[in-house]
Amino acid sequence: MNILTHWLREYLPALEVSDRQLAEDLTLRGIAVEGVHEVAGGHLFEMDITTNRVDAMNHYGVAREAAAIYNIPLRKLDDECAPANVGAGYPVRIEAADLCGRFTAQIVRNVTIAPSTGIIAERFAQLGQKPISNAVDITNYTWLAMGHPTHVFDLDTLEGSIVVRRAREGEKLRLLDGSEKTLTADDLVVADEKKALALAGVMGGWDSRVTDTTKNILVEAAWFDPAAIRRSSRCHGLHTDASHRFERGADFAAAPVANRYVTHKLVELCSGTPDGPMTDVVIPEVEAKTANRPRIALSSPTVQRLLGTTLDGGEISPVLIEQYLEALGCSLHPASEVGCYEVKLPSWRLDLEREIDLIEEVARVYGYNRFADTLPGFSGGVDSLPHRAQEETIRNTLRAMGWNEVIGSTFASEEDAMLFAAQRTAVPMGNPLNAEAGVLRPTLLSGAASMLAANMHRDVRTARIFELGAVFTGDTQQVQEAQSLSMGAYGSPAASAIVSAKDGLFFEVKGTIEALLAQFELKSVEFRADSLPPWIAPGRGARVLVESKELGAFGELDAAYADRLKARETIVLGEMDAAVLLASPLRVPLVREPSRFQAVERDLSFFFADTVTWDQINSAVHNLHIAELTSVEPREIYRDAKGKAVAIGEYSLLLRVVLQARDRTLREEEVAASIERIITALKELGGRQRA
Amino acid sequence: MSEQIPQLSGHDDATLDQAFAALQKQVRAGAAALSTDEARENFRLAWLGRKQGRLKLISDAWLKTAPVEAKKALGQRFNQLKTAIEAALESGHQASTSAGPGLDITLPGIRRAAGVEHPLTRTMREVVAVFEALGYSVGIGPEVETDFYNFEALNFPPNHPARDTQDTLVIADQEKKPGRERLLMRTHTSPVQIRSMIAQEPPLRLVIPGKVHRNDESDATHSPIFHQVEGLCVDTNITFSDLKGTLDHAMKSLFGSAVKTRFFPSFFPFTEPSADVQISCIFCGGKGCRKCKHSGWIELLGCGMVDPAVFAAVDQRRIELGREPAYGSNISGFAFGMGVERIAMMLYGISDIGLFYSGDLRFLEQFA
Ligand SMILES: [Zn+2]
Repeated sequence: MNILTHWLREYLPALEVSDRQLAEDLTLRGIAVEGVHEVAGGHLFEMDITTNRVDAMNHYGVAREAAAIYNIPLRKLDDECAPANVGAGYPVRIEAADLCGRFTAQIVRNVTIAPSTGIIAERFAQLGQKPISNAVDITNYTWLAMGHPTHVFDLDTLEGSIVVRRAREGEKLRLLDGSEKTLTADDLVVADEKKALALAGVMGGWDSRVTDTTKNILVEAAWFDPAAIRRSSRCHGLHTDASHRFERGADFAAAPVANRYVTHKLVELCSGTPDGPMTDVVIPEVEAKTANRPRIALSSPTVQRLLGTTLDGGEISPVLIEQYLEALGCSLHPASEVGCYEVKLPSWRLDLEREIDLIEEVARVYGYNRFADTLPGFSGGVDSLPHRAQEETIRNTLRAMGWNEVIGSTFASEEDAMLFAAQRTAVPMGNPLNAEAGVLRPTLLSGAASMLAANMHRDVRTARIFELGAVFTGDTQQVQEAQSLSMGAYGSPAASAIVSAKDGLFFEVKGTIEALLAQFELKSVEFRADSLPPWIAPGRGARVLVESKELGAFGELDAAYADRLKARETIVLGEMDAAVLLASPLRVPLVREPSRFQAVERDLSFFFADTVTWDQINSAVHNLHIAELTSVEPREIYRDAKGKAVAIGEYSLLLRVVLQARDRTLREEEVAASIERIITALKELGGRQRA
Repeated sequence: MSEQIPQLSGHDDATLDQAFAALQKQVRAGAAALSTDEARENFRLAWLGRKQGRLKLISDAWLKTAPVEAKKALGQRFNQLKTAIEAALESGHQASTSAGPGLDITLPGIRRAAGVEHPLTRTMREVVAVFEALGYSVGIGPEVETDFYNFEALNFPPNHPARDTQDTLVIADQEKKPGRERLLMRTHTSPVQIRSMIAQEPPLRLVIPGKVHRNDESDATHSPIFHQVEGLCVDTNITFSDLKGTLDHAMKSLFGSAVKTRFFPSFFPFTEPSADVQISCIFCGGKGCRKCKHSGWIELLGCGMVDPAVFAAVDQRRIELGREPAYGSNISGFAFGMGVERIAMMLYGISDIGLFYSGDLRFLEQFA
């Protein structure tokens, strides 16, 4: 919608600010001027007005806002028109009283139809409004001036009274745009005694239109029900200026004003003569819901309590409240309580319904930026999110070990979801974004796998990623949402003295999980090789159990899955139930003073059969309950594929044992005795000590 | 190197110091010419050879003749001498393998890279921290919500277009359910405001970070998946100027104390009065540049005073759940919300929103 400032200024004789200042002041009050263009005589404002403010989508409406902002007088719109002469004019009958609340009609005779000249032609050119003929242009000019749609009929095509009624099922009507419409009982028409003349509030009819040869005119200005017009306009695919306004609620009181304004211009510009008074049929029930709505109670203490302090350190005074609301068209009547009012609402502001709406208007016209910046006093405590610290610990621990956080899509394809979470049910979306997003993700694994593959295909050489996010299971009636943690890695496997490069990635992930779990106060953590999920390559992964409950699993991605992703190298994936961790307390470090006595390290070298696991060796040593044993760890594991240094089916293990007492230096005999017990225990496991 | 075994003339400290100083001098003299492997091996054999090395020969000779009380002192000094010999060998080795005369300190350091915090997590954490410092608690809620929490209680009228499946992603098979129980992807984090008010009496100060979804076409600046941080402050006598002051303070904390804020009337169903907030451009300081489209201002927040209809819906629900209504006419509050992606894109100069969800390490690693 566009506004000409020189037109605007006609209504605001006392307006002193420049057009640019006006544009800024309007914008800061919610009547947004998006563009300012110089035109002959002033500026053209490109407006962006929210749909709840249809009343301001015309020159007079914007002028009213400016008058309120600057506290200057606003000229009456009908100043120039002849005084009202309402009475028994052209006969009008409203049959659909629920859909048409008001209808005014005025006969104007002996008009001369010609192209528009003068101000109308100039302003139409500036605004880009298409001229048609002087009489039709007058209705459009009235629309641009005050935002109320009007219509002119060729009076000599009418047969009897105007009847506003529902269309008959299948009734035909040719419209102004030349299209022929078949109507239904949902449509509202303006008709005469014989035929439909116009699709009410949407578009006039072809047969009753004003043409070059029209001599006598009937001017219509009415008020139609928003829902009825919306229905008709949608049903017939017709979005017109008139339907736009009626759909959003027109001004009930504006109909007679608009009619007089059009009539006045027909006299002035088409040399017409009004014939008789203006007919004005009003449905009181509709008037009561629009122009005569009940008054709203407004209390200035409430205004002040909600809006607070102004820049000058004061508050919004009752004087300002009265000034602003009256400038916007409200009338304020003092109520019995001091500082309270009963407010009669303007007929054009159907968006105002409650006290808070009026308070917003006061704040808006005063100017949001003229309020001070204050901070509320503090009362009440701060509740920390119960698992906030756990969440941060997960993220920080993983990041410290070189893992990067990713955020993936909340959705997955059903196929991917089932591949990685066959035991869960995925919840389908009703209107999926695309075929790849058909279900809510029941697992983070499919997202992690495809992100890793995408990185691989971008030639990123190594990747360590994790995601902490929601997964969804259940069905469409009941969705369960839980936090999950996924990890994914490929590239740069770390070989060490105890694991080969081939196994390095698995052990890096295991080590990361161990370090992460060590942050939590957990009674037990176990890794098990059995019952792996299908996405883990057989024998190449582990399940993680925490306090004997399943936490998750990790391992090398199964070859079939890897092929599907066209993954060139080994991927290790894992997923854990983050909810378990979030609900676990964080471990509080228990500190013991370091022993003042020297520790003794002894390295033991053994051969073991491949069937003997580290867990068995570790347990065998710990089960001796040697009080001074402070650590036992594998230092080197060696297998010889040729079977020379170490027999096939066996491995050599270099074991480091550390002994230390808290209360004394260990004597050589004590150390020897403990080491001897350890050697015996390891031999019982089938170990042979290396010479 | 078949030098003679020196004689030890006594066992007092001074004599020992003198004798060992002479040996150290011999070691240093030999160490000066250890640039080849061969020279080092000869040096090693000469001093540390197991049978004929000088260290063994001298220590055998001197310890044999020493009185018992002097043996400990002698042993310590021989250990020091051995350390010096080993150090000479090691530094000779390093000198021969390094290319230049010393450290090339311009070579890159050896780094162990930490993983990166996702830029959205980082931005949310930074925004949340500002409000935590103001006494706000952190609130979270489910991503799958009901119509009641996402729309109805937030004063969206029944036929509001936001409810349409063109705008909102819905779970399948919801048609048979009562409207307010229909399951959908939350379109904003505001449902957490409702959940919190139903659960708790005022005063309430909450900051709510989270993931939200809308049925939008993706392009460079729009994604159907995005993140928000919202805030809610409810108490007796919370004012519009408190809202202004809080957001002005928060924006200064986030973007620097020179940043100014500007409030415009706006419309949201759940607040009234409602405002859009702009900050003065953090790139040009308000003079106008490409990033602020030459306006000097950047739009960043939506906010407003909590609509009384929202309080009424909350109290209605509290009553249905058998709780006391607690959000009567003496209570007021404000709410605000901002898009995390938008802030992160602005701060880090990101032009494609899709990068956030790509898991592309070439993108993410830049946040290290
Ligand atoms: Zn700028």
